[in-house]
Order: sequence, then structure tokens, then C-alpha cells
Amino acid sequence: MRPDTAFRNDARAKVTGRATYADDVSYAGMLHAVPVYADYVAAKDMLVDASEALAYPGCVRVITAADVPGQANFGQIEKDYPIIASGRVRSCGDVCALVVADTREAAKAAAALVKVSATPIKPVLTVDEALLPGAPVVPSYGDSNIVTHHRLRHGDPEPLFAGCELVLEEEFRTQAIEHAYMEPEAAVCVPRSDGVVEIYGSMQHPFSTRRFVAALLGEPLSNVEVYTIAVGGGFGGKDDNAAAVCARAALAARLTGRPVKLRYDREWSFRETYKRHPYRLRYKVGVSSEGRVLAVKTTMHADSGAYLSVTPWVTWRSTAQCFGPYSIDNIHADVYGVATNNVFSGAMRGFGSPQVNFAVEQIMDIAAHRLKIHPLGMRRINMVKQDSVTVTGQRLDGHTVSLEDVMNRVVHEIGYRKKYEQCSFGKAEGGEPGSGELYGIGLAISYRGASLGAEGMDFCSCILNGQNDGSILLETGIHENGQGSESAMTLILADELGMDLKRIRYRRSSTSSIPDSGTTVATRGTIMGGSSVVVAARQYRKLLSDHLAERLRCRPEDVTFHDDKIWGLNYEYSLSWEEAMRELFLQRVTPYAFGTFQAPPVSWDDTNGQGDAYFTFVYSCQAVELTVDRKTGNVRLLNIVAGHDIGKAINKAMLLGQMYGGVAQGVGMALTEDFAREDGKPVCQNFDKYRIPRITDMPEMTGVIVENSDPNSLTGAKGIGEPALELIAPAIANAVFNATGVRYNELPIRIKPEDLA
Amino acid sequence: MNQIRINGKAFDVSDDELELSLLEYLRERRFLTGTKNGCEKGLCGSCTVVIDGKALRACKTPVGKAVGTSVVTIEGMEGPNGALHPIQQAFIDAGAIQCGFCTPGMVMSSYALLLREKEPSRDDIRKALRGNLCRCTGYQQIVDAVELAAKVIREQALPADAGSLR
Repeated sequence: MRPDTAFRNDARAKVTGRATYADDVSYAGMLHAVPVYADYVAAKDMLVDASEALAYPGCVRVITAADVPGQANFGQIEKDYPIIASGRVRSCGDVCALVVADTREAAKAAAALVKVSATPIKPVLTVDEALLPGAPVVPSYGDSNIVTHHRLRHGDPEPLFAGCELVLEEEFRTQAIEHAYMEPEAAVCVPRSDGVVEIYGSMQHPFSTRRFVAALLGEPLSNVEVYTIAVGGGFGGKDDNAAAVCARAALAARLTGRPVKLRYDREWSFRETYKRHPYRLRYKVGVSSEGRVLAVKTTMHADSGAYLSVTPWVTWRSTAQCFGPYSIDNIHADVYGVATNNVFSGAMRGFGSPQVNFAVEQIMDIAAHRLKIHPLGMRRINMVKQDSVTVTGQRLDGHTVSLEDVMNRVVHEIGYRKKYEQCSFGKAEGGEPGSGELYGIGLAISYRGASLGAEGMDFCSCILNGQNDGSILLETGIHENGQGSESAMTLILADELGMDLKRIRYRRSSTSSIPDSGTTVATRGTIMGGSSVVVAARQYRKLLSDHLAERLRCRPEDVTFHDDKIWGLNYEYSLSWEEAMRELFLQRVTPYAFGTFQAPPVSWDDTNGQGDAYFTFVYSCQAVELTVDRKTGNVRLLNIVAGHDIGKAINKAMLLGQMYGGVAQGVGMALTEDFAREDGKPVCQNFDKYRIPRITDMPEMTGVIVENSDPNSLTGAKGIGEPALELIAPAIANAVFNATGVRYNELPIRIKPEDLA
Repeated sequence: MNQIRINGKAFDVSDDELELSLLEYLRERRFLTGTKNGCEKGLCGSCTVVIDGKALRACKTPVGKAVGTSVVTIEGMEGPNGALHPIQQAFIDAGAIQCGFCTPGMVMSSYALLLREKEPSRDDIRKALRGNLCRCTGYQQIVDAVELAAKVIREQALPADAGSLR
């Protein structure tokens, strides 16, 4: 592991205010666009009348679906999401027109003059309504509101329940969550004289963005260049909508021939962008008297909202990980995605696992409590260990299964055993003496399949371009969203080439400079991007070794790279990078490498939900101490410990930052955040009502880094983005129970004082 | 003529500019884009600047109210020849930066705190940054950074004031 000093290639730019985000980009003659919302939840025969808006001083153009040269509807799986809606309205986030004007103020004023009329139809607002016979069908494709259904059949649980000591039947509900990245969506699009349109956008997936833009414009992918610039957070949330924002700005730029900026107000961002899927999860769990889980049946319904987005993939992960990190021989699961007229649900950090973990990790504590078994013992009996078989029939033999070790370390760090005995359980005065507060400690464990798994094709590329003066340009197909991926890649290359960090420039890439390497999602940045850097670096070292061996008076296989030099045998001869690059130049050899890493194979059988779902897993445990105020029901977090086996730490300070940040988002999910809808319209429009954790809401945190180098990753590193978020909510729910004696099966946890009477 | 001092330089403010928010003025008229627009309702703290020593939200401050004051933005924290203010360096060293969008506001709120309090406790730091939202970091390393900056300023007997570092 490297020393604790943080490395970020963008630190100086960000701490001086020089980092350029999309809204900081300006061009001479640039126009401003703003969206117009249809302002219906469900309607048909929508008509847009722009005559008054067009007459407004400074208004240049009003764009509707009729102006779209390509496809007005697009999507990652189903092309059902209207970048510009026409005719039918399916949610209150639907955009039906764009107003383009000389200034943003004029565009906003003109937008208020656009008249939208439509015939309202009965909206479908809940999963239950959507499933009723005769319910209006929301999706534009197909004839049912059930838009996806995954089955998992592993053993046969039904006959076993009768013989179980304990049979639990529990229902859990989770809420819609807004990503709440600090930077709202923005895009600047510039039509170039060669016919290319350049995109500078606040988005997290340049290649996905390019597909949306090219589709709307009806142009080839090669006409669209999406550039990486500073992005103010994504967390899964800057895909479909952020891509649509870029596409709309690109269309406005194409139609006017001028640079166009489309920057979102926070209110528009809240209104329009997809949320985390709300889930309803039903579990029937049979447990033996020793605490072994013998049989599980589960049915989950996820509210997909008005459009499909990635619902089939989110619910697939819920299926593959449908009973947490436990080895269960007899389990059946049915997981449904259901369309409604709510603003659609899509990718968010965690991606279908935080919901499942909220249920499963509470079930483990509920069962332990009922059977009078220690919660740690309950987990120990059932958890996956080396060579265990998962609920998908996958044998965990290709990497170190460290779940028990991770749990032990977190238990030790926070002092769980002793503190568990001190919990109030709604009765004794725990917490600080005489404070009238109830004290509880709780924990949760999880495993998380790293990268896409059997959800998609998984590969990533890296380009190394050595320069004459000994410096080198690096780029990968992984995108910097603020998480520090460029810094991690830079550190990996420095290690691989034994090179001083100062020589490496992470090149600002574009969709035209490197092949499509998939999206930067699914905790795949470090494992896929990092491995691609290793592949390219190996080729680069081979190239250099072959051509420098003679100068170094050794065989190519004896050449080594370290201490910022290239060495022959026994350190007798060495070349500086400057000398090495000069030598290659004289030999007319280009110091260049292109490497692609292909993820190890995975497999999936859709019929029974069985297969090797992921090529490796991250093992996690998080624990929390808290108090609950008897009078108000307010929860105060005292201490959090997060432990994760991430394979290998590349950039320790950033790794810890991912852990703390993920925990904070999980705390919001547990206690404060709720993107509620009334009659299909959002209740929260800004940060006054939508409460993400503040600095005063968060306790001191400790990160426990567990390193078991992963053989499936060429760097040994796995990832941390999503594991960090997916399990603090159930840990908090368990701690709340241990404090109050009351179980909360619904998120966010809202404790009423009368619950504590 | 109405004047406003920004990062030590005086600017004449025109009548139409008086109507703008300080955030719009800084970003659109002075091209000081380091001050970020996260919500425009005074809720997120991304646009925090320091006016006469106090941390205030530029989006909720009309330019008219800032006339006659001295405003320090993130761009004013850097010394000549690019020397970073100890707070900026501490944010880097403590690993307090991720997406960076909240960072300028965090640095400015921290600056206002260290101007009035040389040895803030971790609780003091949390209270001072209560109005600054961050979605990436969980705040842990931001508290570490401000604590570190205060220590560096004390130990090296540096002036906390950005102006006197210039």
C-alpha cells in the first residue's frame, strides 16, 4: 500500500476554483436553451403552441419533437424515453419543448409563454395500482405494466418451512432517492466547421451520451465528440437524463448553427431526473433452531416509473444477490419491475442491492433475536466462506472469500460484542448516563459482485503514448466523475512502469480518441480501467525491452523498470526515460501501446436464475452506534466503522473517501431522504425539503481496509464505489431496534415518540 | 460610483449590475467561475464567498448589498506565483476533494472560521460548515482538512488572512 498522502491529478484545479465544469464553459455568440415541461402526469394528444414565446424579444427558436431529425425517443435498453416528448405524456418530468434565446433570462421568460395543452388520462401512481387488472398500460412498448421479471430457482424451499423452528414473513419498503450530486446537469454544445458537434457536458458516461446525441440528431456516432470535463458528482445519476440534456443542447446547436448552453436549475434536475427504484420486498424465511436459514421465498416489486431505463439490470442484481451474502440451499425469488406514471427510476450507486440488504440484514437480526442467538453467530453460520456456493449456484473459489475476516475486524474495531450487551432494547437507560436517550449498536454485512457481471459485455481499453522528452500520455475508457479514477489509473501506471508520477499526464479524452469501453458504473472503474492500464503497460514494457536491451547490454527479458529508470542486468547499465525515448526515436520505433482488458467469463441461465453471476466479489461489514431521543424520536449517530475487502488499495486517502461518502449517502437513505410524490408530482424541489446529510448529521467514521489481492484483477484491486453505500441503512435499522426495541421495515426510518411509549 | 472590492481589486458596479445576485455578477460579469451555482436558493453553500470576513452565500446576496464591501472568492485564496493558502493545501493533503463542486464553498467557509478562531475543535468545524452540503465525501476528510489547516497556520505562525499572504 502506498503512504497515506492523497494523490489527485485534479486536486490543485479543484481547490483553486480553476476546475472547469460544464456551466463554466462559454463561447462567443453562445445561445441559451431551457426546457419546457408538459406539466401533466399522464395525458394524450399533447399540443405545443409556441407563437407567443417566439415573439418574445431575444427568443431565437422553439424546438419541439417535430424538429427532431433523428429519434425523439431513446434509451439504454428500450427506446422509450422521450428526449423531447410528443403526443403522449407519461410523467411530470417529460420535456415537450426547448426554448433557445440570446440569454438565459430571455429563454426562461419565453419558456413561460409556451402553451401546452393535452387531454389528461388516469395516472398509475403506485405499483399496486399498476398491477390491478384493467389498469392503464403505461409503457409505449408491450401490453403490461410488468416490464421485467427475473426468476431464481435454487433448491426447493416450500416443503422445508414446515420443519423449521422459526418461519418469518416480513415485508419491507424502500423509497425513491434523488442522487443529489452538487452540480446540476449542464451541457455546452458547439457545432464545428468540419461537421462534428462537440459536447462538454455534466454526464458520467461519454459513450452513452454520444449514443443519445447521435440518435436525436440522426447522425453517425463519428459526428459527435463528447469530451471529459470536470463533473460535479454522478453516483449513477448522470446517464439517461444528463445524456438527454446534452442531446437537446446538441440539437439546438445543430438547428441554430451556434454554440448552445443548456444549464439546469436544481428544481428541473429534481423534477426530471430518474431516482433510485423504490422497492417492496416480501420474504418468507425458515430458520432452524441453531439459526441456519433453511428455506427462503421472496417476491420483490420495483417501481420502474414511466420509462424502462436500466430497470431490467437493476432488478437482475437484486435477483443475483437476493439473500445477501449467505449460502442458502433452498431459495426461490421472483423480482418484478413495474411501470407507473412516476418519474422514472434508473441507475443509482448500489443498483438494486441496498434495497435487498435493507431487508435481509434486518431479517438476520430479527431471526437471531427470536431464536435468542447472537447476531454475529447467526451471520457466521450462514455467511459465504471459501468455496461456498451462492444462491445462483456459483462456487466462490476464484478469489479469497474474506467476509468473516472483514466482519471480525469491524466487530473488533467498534467493540461490538461488549457494546451489544449495553444496548437499551427500549428499556434500560443506555447512552450517556442520565441523558434520557436510548442506545443501540448495529451492523450489517454484504457481498457485492464487482463490475457488470452477467448483466453485460465487459471490457475496457487504455492508450499509452510516450513522448520524446520522457513524459507520457495516458488515457482509458473509464470516466472521471469526481471519484478519482484518473488518479487511480495514473498511480497504477506509475507502478507498472516504475516511473515518477510527474511524467504522467492523464489525457483529457473524448469519445473520438479512445474506443467505447462501456460505462463507468458498477464499481468497475478500478478493476476494469486499472487492469486495462496493466495490459497496455505490459505491452509497452515489452516494446521498450525489445528495443533497449542492446543499449542495456542484456537480454530483453532482463530489462527492468523502477526508480524512474530503465535498467539492465545487475544495475550495471541504466537509461533515463529521456534517453530511452531518444533511443526509440533513433530506431524509428513509436513508443505507443493500446491495451484491452476483457473481464473473466461469467454465465447466466435466465430460466432459473443460476450461473456464475460475477467474476469476483467485494466483502463488506459496516457497524454503527447511535442514540434515540425518547422524547422526540430523533436519531443521533455516534460512530461508524466501515470495513471492506477491496483487493488492494491503490490510493488510500481516496479509498477512504469513497467509504465515508458511500456511508453518508446510506445514512441519508436510512434517516432523512425521501423523494415522495403527491399525485405523481414531486414534493421536494430543492435541498430545503430534500434533506441530504449535513456535516453535523455525520459522526466520526473509521475505515477498515482489508486487502486480499484479487487474482481476477491485474492490479489485485477490486472496487469500492457501491459496496460503501449498500449496507449502512440496515445497520442503522438494527441499531435502532437494539436501542428502542422497535423494528422499522420502511425507509426512511421515522421514529415517532409514541413508538417508544 | 458604486464600488466593490473583489480579491483586493476595486470594480465599478453599473446600475444594471446592481440588480444581479452576487453569484451572477461574479460568474457572468467578472468571469470568476470558481464560485459554484448548486441550488440558487441559499441551501447548498456551493457559492459561499467571504464578505468583510464573514462567510455568505453569493446567490442570496444582491450586488447592491455587497457595494462598499470587500469580497474574497476562491480565486483570491491563491497567493502570488500560485502559492496555495494553507487551507487549500490541507484540503489536498487530507484527501478532502472528490468531485470538487462543493470545494470552493467549503474552503471559503473554512477561511471565515479560521479568521475568527485559531484553534477550532472538530465540533466547531462541523458547526461552521453546517451550511455547506457535500454529497461525495461524508465530510470526514473535510473536517480533517480544516483541523490540519488550523494546525499548520498556528505552528508556522502564518497569517490566516488570504490578503496578507498575497
